[in-house]
Amino acid sequence: MNFRSHAAIAALALAALPASAQETAVIGVSIPAATHGWAGGMNFHAQEAIDRLEATYEQLDFVLATASDPGKQVNDIEDMVATRNIDALVVLPFESEPLTGPVQGVADQGTWVTVVDRGLSQEGIEDLYVAGDNPGFGRVAGEFFAERMPDGGNIVVLRGIPTTIDNERVEGFQQAIEGSGIEILGMEHGNWNRDDAFTVMQDFLSRYPEIDAVWASDDDMAIGALAAIEQAGRADEMWVLGGAGMKEMIQRVQEGDEMVPANVTYPPAMIATAIELTALNFVSNAPVSGDFIIGSVLVTPENAAQYYFPDSPF
Amino acid sequence: MTATETQARGTRRGMRLDFHVLGPVLALVALIVIGILLNPNFLSYGNITNVLARSAFIGIIAVGMTFVITSGGLDLSVGSMAAFIAGLMILVMNALLPTLGVSVATILAGMATALVAGLVAGAINGLLVTRGRIEAFIVTLGTMGIYRSLVTWLADGGTLSLDFDLRTLYGPVYYGGLLGVAWPIIVFAIVAILGELAMRHTAFGRHCAATGSNEQVARYSAVHVDKVRTATYIMLGVLVGVATIMYVPRLGSASSSTGLLWELEAIAAVIIGGTVLKGGYGRVWGTVVGVLILSLIGNILNLTDVVSPYLNGAIQGVIIILAVVMQRGRAASR
Repeated sequence: MNFRSHAAIAALALAALPASAQETAVIGVSIPAATHGWAGGMNFHAQEAIDRLEATYEQLDFVLATASDPGKQVNDIEDMVATRNIDALVVLPFESEPLTGPVQGVADQGTWVTVVDRGLSQEGIEDLYVAGDNPGFGRVAGEFFAERMPDGGNIVVLRGIPTTIDNERVEGFQQAIEGSGIEILGMEHGNWNRDDAFTVMQDFLSRYPEIDAVWASDDDMAIGALAAIEQAGRADEMWVLGGAGMKEMIQRVQEGDEMVPANVTYPPAMIATAIELTALNFVSNAPVSGDFIIGSVLVTPENAAQYYFPDSPF
Repeated sequence: MTATETQARGTRRGMRLDFHVLGPVLALVALIVIGILLNPNFLSYGNITNVLARSAFIGIIAVGMTFVITSGGLDLSVGSMAAFIAGLMILVMNALLPTLGVSVATILAGMATALVAGLVAGAINGLLVTRGRIEAFIVTLGTMGIYRSLVTWLADGGTLSLDFDLRTLYGPVYYGGLLGVAWPIIVFAIVAILGELAMRHTAFGRHCAATGSNEQVARYSAVHVDKVRTATYIMLGVLVGVATIMYVPRLGSASSSTGLLWELEAIAAVIIGGTVLKGGYGRVWGTVVGVLILSLIGNILNLTDVVSPYLNGAIQGVIIILAVVMQRGRAASR
C-alpha cells in the first residue's frame, strides 16, 4: 500500500515535469513477437497506436521491443531501463512467472508500469492493468449457444492449448449452458491451430453421427473445423462459433454466412488501449491507474462492421 | 559383423519370425485391433481415408528423411521448410492471379514453385553439410530457424491465405481422388514404393547405407560420399515440396504455426520403422508403418474418451520408445 502511493507520487512528479519544462517522456512497450495470428494483430495495433500518439504529442517518445521468449523479453526491459531511461513501461508478459521479478524491479525505481492481458504472479506491482475477460469470453459464447438452441442439442468443443486461459474460457462456457439441455458430446484440444483443429474435427465427425453445433472457441480453429465439416459434406447440419475476431471470420459474419452466425471478441487491439491510457497519464490530468477489463462482445451481422479491421493482419 | 549377417540370413531362410522386422508391424496391428474394439466407426471408409490422407504429409517427408538418416545425416528443418514453401506458393499463386487468372496454369506455377524451392532449400542444407563441413544437426537447426522466421515475416505475423476461387479450384488435389482413393494417399503410396525400390534395388540406396555405415570405407570403395549425402538432402527437399503441394489445398493457408514439429514426427516415424538413427541401415516400408502408427495413436485418442487428452503426448512417447525397445531388444538377443 505504502509502496503504491509512493509510485503514484513518483509518477505524478514525472507527469508534472514534462508539462512545465516540455521535456519528453519515454514510454517503453515490450510485447511478444508475432508468432501467431493473434500476436500478429497485437503487434499491428501496438505499432499503429504508437505512430498515432507520436504524431499527436510532441512530448512523447516510444520504444517498442518484441520478444520471442520470456528471457529475451527480460533483456529488452533491462535494456530499456538502462539505455533509454524510460518513464513508463507497457508490458504484455510472455509468461507471468519469469517476468514478475524484472517488472517489479522496474516499478521499484518509480517507473509507471502498465501490465496487459497476462497478469503478473504478484498483485500490486502494476499501476494499470488492461486485460481481456476470459471467463466472459466463454460465458458470452455459452449464452449464444443457449439462446440459439432453446430446445438443447448436441455440440462438440475444440479447446486451446492447455493453459489457465483455456480453462477459464471453458468453465465460463459450461456455466452458461448449464440447464439449457445442450449436451457436450466431446471436448478435445485443437491447440488454437488450424491443422490440429481440422484433424480433431474430422475425428469428431467420424465418431458422432449427430452434431448440431461446434464451439471452436477460436477463429483459427474455426477455419480448420469448417474445412473438415465441408469435406464430410455435413455443412447443412451444423454451425460453428469461433472467437477472437479474425477479420476473415468477422467478414463471414457480416455477410450472413449460415455456418458462421456470430463471433466473440478477444481483441488484440487491447494493447492499443493500454498504450493510449498510459500516454494519457503523461499528457493529461485524467487518472488512469487501476484495472481496465475489456469485455468480450458478441459480434452479429448487425454490428460486425464495427469490428472489421481490413488492414490488420489478424 | 559377418556372424550376425550369416545368422540374419539364416533366420530369413528358415522362415522363422523375425521380430526385429515384425515389431513395428505388430504394433500397427495391435493399434488397429484396439481401434476396432473402441469404436465401430474406426474401420469406416471416411475414417480410414482421413487417417491415411493426413499421414501423407509427414509420410512423404519421412520417406526422404529415411535416406538422409540412412546416410548418416539428419534434417531438422523440414517442418519450417514446409511452412516457408507453403507461404511462398501462396504468394506466387496470388501474385499470378491477375495475369493467369483462376486457371490450372496458376496452380501448376504454384506447384513448380514448391518443387524448385524444395530443391534449392535441400541443396543449401546438403552443400552446407558436405562442402561447408558443418554438422548436419547445426546446419539444419540454423535453417529451421531461418525458414520459420521467413514465413512469419512473409505473413506479417498473421496468416497467408490463398485466393478463395483458386482454393476452390485447387481443393480437389487434397479432397478429390481416383476411384475413391484420395490423391494424397495415392501420392504417398507412389513416393513410398519408389523410395523402397531406390533403397533396395539401386546403387544409390546401397551407397546411402555404405556412407552411413562407415564413411571412410565407403570413400575407399569409390563411393562419392559427398555427392550421395548432398543428393539425399536435395531429394528430401523436393519431397517436402511435394508434401506442401498436397498440404496447401487442404486449408489454403500458411502461417508461422504450419508444419510445427513435423521434423520430429518424421524422424520418430523413421526410427520406429527400424532405420538406425546413427545411419548405415534404412527401411522405407518400415517408415511407412511408423507414420501410420503415429497418426493412428492420435486418431484413436480422438475417437475415445478413455484417456485424458492432456496425456496424448505421453502415450505417443511411450509407444515410440516401446516400438524401438522391442526392436533393439529382439535384435540384441538374436
